Amino acid sequence: MADRLEELLDKGPLAVNLGVEDFANSLKSQGVEVVHVDWTPPAGGDREMMELLEQLL
Amino acid sequence: MVTGCVIRKNEYHDSVFLMRVARRISEQKGVLQAAALMGTEKNKGLLAEIGIGGGEIETAASGDLIIAVQAEDAGTLSAVLGNVEGWLHPSPDRPGAIPVRTLEEALGRQPHSNLAVISIPGQYAAREARRALERGLNVFLFSDHVPVKDELALKEYAREKGLMVLGPDCGTAIIGGKGIGFANAVRRGPIGVIGASGTGIQEFTTLVHHAGSGISHALGTGSRDLSDEIGGISARSALAALESDPLTKVIALISKPPGEKTLAQLFPRLQSCSKPLVACFLGSGKSIQAEKASYRTVRTLDAAAAKAVQMAAGREKAAFPAESPDIRTLLQKEKCGIRPPRRFLRGIFAGGTFCYQAQQILADAGVSAYSNAPLEGNQKLPDAGRSLDHTLVDMGADEFTSGRPHPMIDASLRRERILQEAEDPEVAVLLLDFILGFNASADPAGDLVAPITRAKAAAKEKGGFLSIVASVCGTEGDSQDFVRQVKKLEEAGAVVFPSSARAAQFCADLIRPQEGGCRG
Repeated sequence: MADRLEELLDKGPLAVNLGVEDFANSLKSQGVEVVHVDWTPPAGGDREMMELLEQLL
Repeated sequence: MVTGCVIRKNEYHDSVFLMRVARRISEQKGVLQAAALMGTEKNKGLLAEIGIGGGEIETAASGDLIIAVQAEDAGTLSAVLGNVEGWLHPSPDRPGAIPVRTLEEALGRQPHSNLAVISIPGQYAAREARRALERGLNVFLFSDHVPVKDELALKEYAREKGLMVLGPDCGTAIIGGKGIGFANAVRRGPIGVIGASGTGIQEFTTLVHHAGSGISHALGTGSRDLSDEIGGISARSALAALESDPLTKVIALISKPPGEKTLAQLFPRLQSCSKPLVACFLGSGKSIQAEKASYRTVRTLDAAAAKAVQMAAGREKAAFPAESPDIRTLLQKEKCGIRPPRRFLRGIFAGGTFCYQAQQILADAGVSAYSNAPLEGNQKLPDAGRSLDHTLVDMGADEFTSGRPHPMIDASLRRERILQEAEDPEVAVLLLDFILGFNASADPAGDLVAPITRAKAAAKEKGGFLSIVASVCGTEGDSQDFVRQVKKLEEAGAVVFPSSARAAQFCADLIRPQEGGCRG
């Protein structure tokens, strides 16, 4: 299997950002292509519901 | 005074975004306090501490947004809470932009992605990191509070797939010249770095830059990677990748001392490294340079940067200019200002590694200090909020940052702490760090100039003198501008160094008993 870490160092980052949007913006300002995910906690942050969903999916 | 809140069900925003929202509201005339945070139990506790709690707030769940306001009068409160949408989105989103909701959707838009940058709350982070690894992405995991068993499982899985998990609790990386998280604008060059701490990487890379050399890649491993629980899985992956990388000529490894078992296993790997290597294990009481080691070990970030630059240049002469004679004059001047009962040093740090390294430098000078994150041999502060004797506080530690942005972004807690320390008539020196770069405060020095000026003036009013010693980690390429930041601090009366180690050494010299008299 090709080493994907070496590939990352060789080609530079092509990123997906989950969380703090500033991180995506600072990458964009450096010319990095980034897709920002408008992430929300699964099941509205309800841990029991989240575990139930994990089992179902 | 009146208090009120708005709760928006199932609406998540990150803590940096919410800090800005709270700031926008706080700036309104008639608003005494404002908070914008997610409805976790911890955050509800924080609200109760400042007198906003009970009733409706108790019904909020962790996925709900709370905007809480204390105002002078009912009219202001009603106007502020009636404009929540305006505070959240002062400039409307771009028309036509369809938000991406999941990692899968993002990969649909950008199928060749090779890195997931994850900074969501720790309890959800491992789940999303695993998904990213399953889809062939390396992971930069900024989130902390990821259980150690999850970290191990993620890293073992990443290793199987030829991927790397940078983190958890990874603040900084530079890949192909692009800074990720908290990173500085540094020159590209022959030195690759593997680091367990974000601020450690920032300091090392900026020092290399100031010495005229540059960075190929900087890979954060997370603070626990070299512990025996994890066994250095990410450090080994990074080492192999930097060995294969054609631009990297020298490799630096920066961490707290590895676990005993991990060190024993790591030693032959470091020994057989195909490129020159320098290791800096901060806080190691004794040298852990093994006999006949082919690599070099050093004790400070400055020494690591100097050695790496020398190795890359293939010469033995010092990479950094020798200490200017002005420093001795400055030391004498500051020292002569300090009079009993003022004798204690208080370090108020944004960077955890700087707090740790300063304790090591003081210990080497025979000075023990209290800390909320003590070096071996130092005592733990019974209450992180109250200093004792010589104290070095890491204001980025969990007890200060839970539910709020890091002090590198939000200076409000450091501002309060500086003023608190200035009230203590036994304090002689305040040691501060200022960290520039991507995602840090837009003006770290400007954030603290007012309390520094007030603290110095308060000491003067009491007929005393308070010395302020600062270090600035950054470059002229950072948006905050290194030179401008240094100038602001100097104008406020601080003695400023371009490295945290040198600032700490200056403080050690400053609090040492006076030899000979003061002139003039």
